Amino acid sequence: MTTTFKSALFLSAFASLIPAAASAQTKEVNIYTTREPGLIQPILDAYSKETGVKVNSIFIKEGLVERVKTEGANSPADLLIMVDIGNLNDLVDAGVTQPVVSKKIDETVPQNLRAKDDSWIATTLRSRVIYSSKERVKDAPKTYEDLADAKYKGKVCIRAGNHPYNVGLIAHMIVKDGAEKTEKFLTDLKANLARKAGGGDRDVARDILAGICDVGIANSYYVGLMRSGKGGEDQVKWGEAINVTLPTFADGKGTHVNVSGVALAKNAPNKDEAVKLIEFFVTPDAQKIFAEANYEYPVIEGAEVNEIVKSFGALKPDAVSLTDVAKARKQAAELVDKVGFNN
Amino acid sequence: MAELTAAHTPSRTVRARPSGWLIASGIITFFVLAPVFALAAIALRGSGDMWPHLLAYVLPVALRDTAFLLIGVACVAGVIGVGTAWLVTAHTFAGRSFFDWALLLPLAVPTYIMAYASLDLMHPLGPVQGAIRFMLGIDSPADFRLPDIRSMWGAILLFGLVLYPYVYLTTRAMFLMQSACVIDVSRTLGASRMQSFFRVALPLARPAIAVGLSLVMMEALNDLGASDILGVRTLTVSIYSTWVNSSSLEGAAQIALVMLAIVVALVAWERYARRNQRFNAQAQRSRRIAPLPLKGGAALGAIIACAVPILFGFAAPALYLVNEACKVLMRSGFPRHTLTEAWHTITLATAATIVTVSLGLVLAYTARTLRGSLPPLLVRLGSVGYAIPGTVLAVGLLTPLAAMDNAVDGVMRQWFGFSTGLLLSGTIIALVYAYTVRFLAISAGGAEAGFQKIAPSLDAAARNLGENAGGVVKRIHLPLLRPALGGAALLVFVDSMKELSATLLLRPFNFETLATYVYAEASRGTYEDGSVAALMIVLVGLLPVAFLAKASRLPHAEGARAGSERISSGSAG
Repeated sequence: MTTTFKSALFLSAFASLIPAAASAQTKEVNIYTTREPGLIQPILDAYSKETGVKVNSIFIKEGLVERVKTEGANSPADLLIMVDIGNLNDLVDAGVTQPVVSKKIDETVPQNLRAKDDSWIATTLRSRVIYSSKERVKDAPKTYEDLADAKYKGKVCIRAGNHPYNVGLIAHMIVKDGAEKTEKFLTDLKANLARKAGGGDRDVARDILAGICDVGIANSYYVGLMRSGKGGEDQVKWGEAINVTLPTFADGKGTHVNVSGVALAKNAPNKDEAVKLIEFFVTPDAQKIFAEANYEYPVIEGAEVNEIVKSFGALKPDAVSLTDVAKARKQAAELVDKVGFNN
Repeated sequence: MAELTAAHTPSRTVRARPSGWLIASGIITFFVLAPVFALAAIALRGSGDMWPHLLAYVLPVALRDTAFLLIGVACVAGVIGVGTAWLVTAHTFAGRSFFDWALLLPLAVPTYIMAYASLDLMHPLGPVQGAIRFMLGIDSPADFRLPDIRSMWGAILLFGLVLYPYVYLTTRAMFLMQSACVIDVSRTLGASRMQSFFRVALPLARPAIAVGLSLVMMEALNDLGASDILGVRTLTVSIYSTWVNSSSLEGAAQIALVMLAIVVALVAWERYARRNQRFNAQAQRSRRIAPLPLKGGAALGAIIACAVPILFGFAAPALYLVNEACKVLMRSGFPRHTLTEAWHTITLATAATIVTVSLGLVLAYTARTLRGSLPPLLVRLGSVGYAIPGTVLAVGLLTPLAAMDNAVDGVMRQWFGFSTGLLLSGTIIALVYAYTVRFLAISAGGAEAGFQKIAPSLDAAARNLGENAGGVVKRIHLPLLRPALGGAALLVFVDSMKELSATLLLRPFNFETLATYVYAEASRGTYEDGSVAALMIVLVGLLPVAFLAKASRLPHAEGARAGSERISSGSAG
């Protein structure tokens, strides 16, 4: 019995160490985010410094929606930050968001980069690109479909097919070309793999340097992270071993892009402050910090792009609506299983 | 406690206490099952329309991979764990007392860190293959490379190397509690030392090996990070991708519950298979097994057998982390937040250990003292949390936490007109609750295995001599259980410290543990920045290992004393 009592004391002692989330004096905004703290903290710090508003955050991976849902009316969350259009749509479908009413946002963020009623707003863009060996590939592939060409047999590297980044790309292809053509693409691409699909996007560059493969598919910003040396000296070599192509689909119209974005929680206790923070996210200053911290593309006209990212050429996103892409995600994930892409 | 003992009349307490224990066990089990019920509710919400697809394309691969992985890991961990435990408990050789505790070191290395480190070390551009190519005079990795470690065999080896201490720990404790008498009898009857091991010591250690192996297999089964990194598509990985890629939490919960059912069936089968066996010790004085001195080649073999798992399961990943951490320290100095994270990690793990071990002891004690099938059933039910993947279990925990909060909040609003908000959700109490649900199997299982070695005749004798129930626990059970409970506490501590999924989902604002920080950095690919924290996890994990090593250095130092001072264990078949 005494042990339980002691541990109760012990616990309450620790509980007192945790600062209460809500304090009356300072203005606060509470964020639940699936984006890593290293990526958003610089912006939150800049905001706190400028306005004196305290920004609290929790980095959550899976289950963010469920947490907000079960907390219900008492949820302390004001803003929900997520990557991938599919996840943003899921938030809205789960009924944990509310539309953002802000003239500033409507004026600066293009309509295709926010929900119809502003239930979510994109904060950055990233593209899925082709890495190819500087040393061994003279004529880099120009479309995603090129990678399924038999001439790349045993030369392609890619992460697991059911990773959200690949699921997004495959869903996009389903919307454009239909499921049948996409399934054929996946089967042919699988036949070209130099190694089992797996690892991360950076491993594509690393394995190209190692001579395991010549070409691969990965996200644009990883090139910036590698070449800048943020991930250590080794990664600089990986980044320098590759050329980057902004590919299009077979019709030549544009590149697959995805977004990271933010939504206002339905029961946000600090709603006004939260909307102000979203407005800050889409100012040129904040967009620049995003570009510098994670080498992403801005969502507003005329904002600066990082030098490394600029060197890939001008990004021309494909015109297919992101919402349609999100709807095809489940079908895409099932195709990956069906063709045994990861086996 | 002595005054308390005197105050009670034995005859009254005999009847009064048990029902209290049963109620306590019932409450504990209820709280463990609450998230499982929540998951069942989620699963029932689903339409089941995923199943044709799952059955056709996902589950065949998942079941095959899971079976291969579990059997492989059980073999590797079992052979290393039992073999080294027998070596250090029944032999003497140079370095034996070092290996005795050093064999626990891989416990401090989380599987996901092991996987990261191994991929880096074994990559065609990494140091190992670089050195091999250099020796062979080959320039390019394109011309020569080892098989990819991102594979089933790689996963089996890596898991086996970091998980074998679970078997080592439980089996070693059992070998220490076994008396020399049985071994001597078997020797007198003409068995060789080898035969004594295989036909007497090993079968007698079966409950401990079963506990150790089941812990190993559960860890491997529920692992997400390392399996994902190594490209092994276990059931847990499938559950995860069903949830994330098909946005179907319902489908994920359905697979998780089916998996839970399979695990429960397997555990029940193992227990059924040994239903007629008793492993209690006799209440008689006995010596510990006399260690056999090893010399020459045999001693060298023993040293190598003990050194290899430590080298690959601990030294290699730890040195890798030291090297990475040095780069960070040279570049940007010691990251100060790491100390806060370490503090959070240690305090949380300590609280979770105290709660989990206490509650596990209550469950096991109830099962020992009360007749009927209910108490043992409560132990099994209280252990189910370990058989559910952490990410899914964490979602299940959200519901009971929010239900409790909203119930209190509702009452306060209605009666007093103000809102209490969320009292438990998003606090460290929620985290301790999560760890307890997850790891109660370890402490309850450990305590149960320990109790099995204490003959009921000891309780009877003590009660005859005027001790009350509490006194028996305090003066007979606890001292004899010390090795088993110490081992369980160690496992719960390191498991809580490494826990990631539930911590990520349930923690408060601005609150990081070492594991969540490492994950956040690894997740965006800045592994180096996470390396200091990763190294800290390993270092913090060493604390309880050292503590335990000190507390349980029984065999030779304390062995002689044990004979005269303690009621030492004997055996029975």
